[in-house]
Amino acid sequence: MPPSSADFIFQPIFGNSIFLTKPVLLVFLSVIVAGTFFTLSARKAAIVPSKLQFAGESIYTFVRNGLGKDVIGPEFMRFVPFLFTLFVFILTNNVFGVVPFLQFPSMSHIGFPVGITIFSYIVYHYVAIKKHGLKKYLTDICFMPGIPKPVYLILTPVELLTYLVTRPLTLAMRLFANMFAGHLLLLVFTLGGEYLLTSGLIMKVLSLFSFSFAVGLSFFELGIQCLQAYIFTLLTALYIAGALADEH
Amino acid sequence: MVNRVMFLAADAGPSPILPKPAEIIVGLVAFSILFVLLRTKAVPKFEQAYKERTDAIQGGLERAEIAQRDAAAALQMYNTQLADARGEAAKLREEARAEGSVILEQMRTTAQEEATRITTAARASIEAERQQAFNSLLNEVGTIATQLASKIVGEALDDQVRQSRVVDRFLEDIEKAK
Repeated sequence: MPPSSADFIFQPIFGNSIFLTKPVLLVFLSVIVAGTFFTLSARKAAIVPSKLQFAGESIYTFVRNGLGKDVIGPEFMRFVPFLFTLFVFILTNNVFGVVPFLQFPSMSHIGFPVGITIFSYIVYHYVAIKKHGLKKYLTDICFMPGIPKPVYLILTPVELLTYLVTRPLTLAMRLFANMFAGHLLLLVFTLGGEYLLTSGLIMKVLSLFSFSFAVGLSFFELGIQCLQAYIFTLLTALYIAGALADEH
Repeated sequence: MVNRVMFLAADAGPSPILPKPAEIIVGLVAFSILFVLLRTKAVPKFEQAYKERTDAIQGGLERAEIAQRDAAAALQMYNTQLADARGEAAKLREEARAEGSVILEQMRTTAQEEATRITTAARASIEAERQQAFNSLLNEVGTIATQLASKIVGEALDDQVRQSRVVDRFLEDIEKAK
């Protein structure tokens, strides 16, 4: 039986609560893992860092400077906790996709990307409204300054759609689809290899290729998982930067 | 036909694009927990480490700069003092030399004077002694000569007047003979 989206459905592990499925437990595991790791690594806050502190600090610095300071500008420090949590949360859940025995990227269930997208959505709109006021913000979106009047006929709906619908939709969809497709790809080669193993001798030999391909793809997936966490955080930072900018 | 549709539907499974409300809630809650955790436990500590590190490095640099400036000032001071001391020493040496030559000159003059004085005194005393000796010799010679003459002449020359006349004549003769 070929892999399908049905493979992404998990029955509750015990009882029949919808909160006790594998993806849900993985998400909470990610909170425990990431929370523990960064709490421990930051605890001492030494001038000369230990290996653990250095590891945690490297990731923090990457987000703080690469995604916060360089993208948002002087006001970046307010948003660093949010961006840092975004990156860490998505990264941990994505990487679960290639961790042995867990082997499921929770973000391939669209509910989770939607959840964090809601936060991004609220944050960047809230920041803009607080900075410019609701009226000016909407005017800026609808009537981009310095453009001939008739163009507004086309531009205004497009801009409104971009800010209110397209941005959150693509944000959630991009993350979900990448993780979904990646996991499906790995399923194809692992299940395929498993299926070949049950067939004749030549097929058994061929299954070796299928499995090694699955292993190779796992590393490829690891790259994509990190990249998607980065992109999601980067785009959120860009939206915040846009909200803080004087002109849209 | 109905069977086939049902099979396809079962095969395709439920649409993965429709989010489950439960998962959205879990996503929101889990993210919030992690956010609070990282915001309170991780970010402030990392920032603190950053700040302390910056302070440590910057403070170290500043301290080094101050120390360098102090050292340069001290060197400048010592150099000035050294130059002063050298000048002082040279001056003292010069003074000593001048003083020495003055003293030397003085001593030479004093010695010279002393020598002259001694020589003069010696010369005077020699002259006086010579005069004295000459005078006493003169008397002696007169007496001796008188005695001699009286012996030779055999004539008593007791008469004082005659005696002195004879002596004077004798001495004149001697003087003439000289």
